[in-house]
Amino acid sequence: MKVPVPWLRELVGLPDSVTTEQLAARLTAFDLKLEEIVGGQLSGPLVVGRVLSAVPEPQKNGKTINWCRVDVGPEHNDPATDDLPAGRGIVCGAHNFGPGDLVVVSLPGTFLPALGFEISARKTYGHVSDGMICSTAELGLPGGDQSGILVLEAGSAEPGDDAIALLGLNDETLDLEVNPDRGYAWSLRGVGRDTALAFDLPFRDPADIEVTDTDGEGYPVVVEDREACPVFVTRRVTGIDPTRPTPEWMARRLVQAGMRSISLTVDISNYVMLELGQPNHAYDAAKLSGPIGVRRARAGERLTTLDDVDRVLDPADLLICDDEGPVGLAGIMGAAHVEIDDTTTDVVIEAAYFDRSTVARAARRHKLSSEAARRFERGVDPSLQARAAQRVAELLVEHGGGRIEPGITVVGEVAPRPAVTLAADLPRRIAGVPSIDLEASVAALRGNACEVEVQGDQLVVTPPSWRFDLNDPYDVVEEVLRVVGYDQVPSVLPQAPGGRGLTRAQELRRRVGYALAGAGLVEVKTFPFAGEEDFDKLGLPADDERRRQVLLENPLSAQEPGLTTTLLTGLLRAAGLNVGRGHEDVALTEMGRVFRTRDDSPHAPIYGVDRRPTDDELAVLDAALPDQPLMAAWTMLGQREKRGWSGPGRDATWADAIAVAKRLADVLHVELTVEAVALAPFHPGRCAAFLLDGTVVGHAGELHPKVLEAYGLPARGVAGEVNLDALIGAAPELGPRPDFSSFPVAKEDLAFVVDASVHAGDLQAALASSGPLVESVRLFDIYAGDQVPAGKKSLAFNVRLRAADHTLTDAEITEARAAAVEAAARFDATLR
Amino acid sequence: MSAPNSDYDPVEVTPLRADEVERMRDAALEAIAAADSVEALKQVKIDHVGDRSPLALANREIGALPPQARKEVGQRVGQARGAVNKALAERTAQVEAVEFERRLAEEAVDVTVPVDMEPVGARHPLTTIQDHVADIFVAMGWEIAEGPEVEAEWLNFDALNLGPDHPARTMMDTFWVAPAEAAMVLRTHTSPVQARTMLTRQPPIYIACPGRVFRTDEPDATHAPVFHQVEGLAIDEGLSMAHLKGTLDHLATAIYGEGTTTRFRPSYFPFTEPSAEVDLLCYVCHNDPAQVADCPTCRGEGWVEWGGCGVVNPRVLIACGVDPERYSGFAFGMGLDRTITSRYDIADLRDLWDGDIRFTEPFGIGL
Repeated sequence: MKVPVPWLRELVGLPDSVTTEQLAARLTAFDLKLEEIVGGQLSGPLVVGRVLSAVPEPQKNGKTINWCRVDVGPEHNDPATDDLPAGRGIVCGAHNFGPGDLVVVSLPGTFLPALGFEISARKTYGHVSDGMICSTAELGLPGGDQSGILVLEAGSAEPGDDAIALLGLNDETLDLEVNPDRGYAWSLRGVGRDTALAFDLPFRDPADIEVTDTDGEGYPVVVEDREACPVFVTRRVTGIDPTRPTPEWMARRLVQAGMRSISLTVDISNYVMLELGQPNHAYDAAKLSGPIGVRRARAGERLTTLDDVDRVLDPADLLICDDEGPVGLAGIMGAAHVEIDDTTTDVVIEAAYFDRSTVARAARRHKLSSEAARRFERGVDPSLQARAAQRVAELLVEHGGGRIEPGITVVGEVAPRPAVTLAADLPRRIAGVPSIDLEASVAALRGNACEVEVQGDQLVVTPPSWRFDLNDPYDVVEEVLRVVGYDQVPSVLPQAPGGRGLTRAQELRRRVGYALAGAGLVEVKTFPFAGEEDFDKLGLPADDERRRQVLLENPLSAQEPGLTTTLLTGLLRAAGLNVGRGHEDVALTEMGRVFRTRDDSPHAPIYGVDRRPTDDELAVLDAALPDQPLMAAWTMLGQREKRGWSGPGRDATWADAIAVAKRLADVLHVELTVEAVALAPFHPGRCAAFLLDGTVVGHAGELHPKVLEAYGLPARGVAGEVNLDALIGAAPELGPRPDFSSFPVAKEDLAFVVDASVHAGDLQAALASSGPLVESVRLFDIYAGDQVPAGKKSLAFNVRLRAADHTLTDAEITEARAAAVEAAARFDATLR
Repeated sequence: MSAPNSDYDPVEVTPLRADEVERMRDAALEAIAAADSVEALKQVKIDHVGDRSPLALANREIGALPPQARKEVGQRVGQARGAVNKALAERTAQVEAVEFERRLAEEAVDVTVPVDMEPVGARHPLTTIQDHVADIFVAMGWEIAEGPEVEAEWLNFDALNLGPDHPARTMMDTFWVAPAEAAMVLRTHTSPVQARTMLTRQPPIYIACPGRVFRTDEPDATHAPVFHQVEGLAIDEGLSMAHLKGTLDHLATAIYGEGTTTRFRPSYFPFTEPSAEVDLLCYVCHNDPAQVADCPTCRGEGWVEWGGCGVVNPRVLIACGVDPERYSGFAFGMGLDRTITSRYDIADLRDLWDGDIRFTEPFGIGL
């Protein structure tokens, strides 16, 4: 809400000693937060001047300038010479003025915010221009011919008068942030009341208006929907002189408040809205036919609003109609065809109170906000309509020469707001401010125009008609506290009962985070949005379930219409960014949630709020949400170990990608089994699936060459992704017990020749479980070549044997070795 | 070797003469002293101690002496051999020590060469700050609560006293899951986690919820559609705004250092009543009159905006199954992304989200 400071000062009778900054600070403390103070930057000497002479001088560039002598008052004039009267010489390029006109002159030293620099005397077109004759735009004033020189009304001022004060050029405006619960503050009346309360001044309500000429009908009204339109008032003013201008002070206030000055009648309507907070409308009586009706729209009905948009109406839209059809979208905007024009002499003034959500929904539906809608949505004083209409009428009489027609139509009325009963000490208890006693509470509430009754240890508080925010005891507490001051709240640290620390899952997630960093991966965060383009780049088949996204109604971009199903979309994009910025060796990781649609695309229920939903209801709600597991993903490109003086370095390989998953499993003490699979976005022969109790929980391997190409990544780049929720869920409460023997080890090396298709991991597992004496098995060589038959390979293992309780005998070692060889035989492995 | 001969006069056996033994001993000692390498000592050992050395040969002659002569001569030769062996051992140790030192000296390397062959990982500052803040709360005896990011409309809005027509709803810039009738959103705050906690347990409740939230802001230098918050909720008997202030002061001190206080300004949130904005005493200039005017962080204000807070609206308690007659509580929330950008003077919010390794790397694994 833009509040012109002079207007507010006048309304409240604020002492001059209170600065604008002090005013703003107090209002901020009263929940009317200052966004900024606008204006006040202009500095003089800016004076009224009378043009004595203006000599046109054509220039070489085709322009004609005026070489003027301007009387700027005795204080600023150069003395008269033989040829020239007292005044100053000024060059001016505009032509909409002449000798004798009163103009505004910025003398050297003037700072005009609209120009952004200080005026100085300068040599131009062969003269020294000793100042500038100002245009409307240069002065930052509204209306008129913006580029033309502002010519003041003859006789309205004298040369040398201070133009800043005369034109209100240095008026300041407070731009206040009004919270949605304080609808009343969208008016000078509301801000004024809070200002008076803040400075402890008596408040004279501008809405204390006597409604006159009430006998008879204003203009006939038929309200069909009394719930959506509880109050509707009309009255008529005739004989307005449409040529009368808007008073300068009124136009200025409108502009300062962020509105345009349009015509007297429209300006008065807007002025009363700003002053009292009551949106109102003046219809050209000549364009209305028949009584005004208030009803819901009919299917297919259309309306062209004042902004020249042809709108298809919704049956829930509330309309103002006449016999011909809709003349306005209630509480939001009038229709173009009943607009006031420059011939309008008779008007019908409408002031209504509309249901807040009816207006809010229609405004949202039509994506149409307006000054009126903003106020109705947040709540207009429902007792104000007749008085606001009276105020409009009186201003039309005063400034437009109109006549109030006897009679007023008032349809409906709103019951007073219900009283709120609260424990008298609630404000003190909830605010935690010891100084809030009964007296302080009562005084604060009365200052807010509440009626307060003390009944024993209870307060019965009846809020004024415009305070829609005061419904509950706690609402009342806030009103007390803002008067007492939020700065009075002491600082007391509460003592929580002993907590249980992080949950196991939270702890394990941190462990995983550190393990990923320990693996040399740099964590990044990316936006979880993705689309077909991303999935195409990953090479996902058309029927891949990772293409089935949770879609958004209102995504930021059409390319990313939904949430991602894999962290690799963001991670590979980030990898590409790094490569593009010249980092060839990149190892990235991200931990985050991905989102998977449910097959039945359920809807989440919306429950009431007057009670807790039942456990069953909550279960239904949770079941509707998409699966959103926490994942960890990683990618490694280029060198894993850097080349340099110590050697050629080592490129990241598929094995590194798999090792990361193994490492995560290790730190969580879970066992992952590895299987070879062919799956996008990986190289079909270089992808591992990780299984946890038979369920796939992730993949890793070398990225498919086409995927690398699509993302602009170097060849042989690798990646992986695992479901952390699954891994963490499987983590045992305790890690394994340390179990080792201090008896001597026996080391056996076994090399087998097997079919090339045999997986080393399977053979290793078979050896490891070939007997109780096997302590560990480690693959140390893979060979295929001349020394083994074609289609075969040699796998060589170190096998360590050890007993828990004695030194192994030769016989035991021989037996264990034989058992291992026999276990290998299942793979048709022959000892080399 | 000569055969034993009892008539043999040892003095007549040249090698066993005292002066001869002395000469052999001295020759050996001289050679030992002159040897300056392990190699040379090896040769000295062969020449003077070995089986074919003069002293060894002399020793063998002893056996040929008559028994009465053996003792004296044996002593003489034995002493000589002992002296030589001792000198050899000493010299060997000396030379080996010198050679060992020399070898170590030769093995010296240039320790200033780059050694960063292994990759070094790092954690994102938004991760570490969430951990850090969580630790502060855990130290206060609070617990850390979590919830889904795609959330039911009812939990993100209705349960928090944000009814369908509430003007504040439109200010939330919400991402809606399609179709709109699905009544699901990307959570606009972590407050639904608070609601979920109240729905599943009874007070006393002291929880903090750090997490990722969403608003429909186009990414630019100062906006991102995804950001991080931490919210806190305390529900107990007798809690007031004063306890809220105490908690926030404590948190401010824990994050920003001793002496960082907070101040309240009235505000409005549907889920709290009374509601306040909380400002932080500027952690750069501390509102010091000598510095505040030029302070780039608070821009001369002395205070920086930190978050929103208030006493939990009893309507929220009712919707979540908490008895508002018995319990009261407070809630607060603040953005964490800005904590990072303002403390590290990061001008462009997009740096947090681009994934450039040069952004994360300097943070290492902790702030």
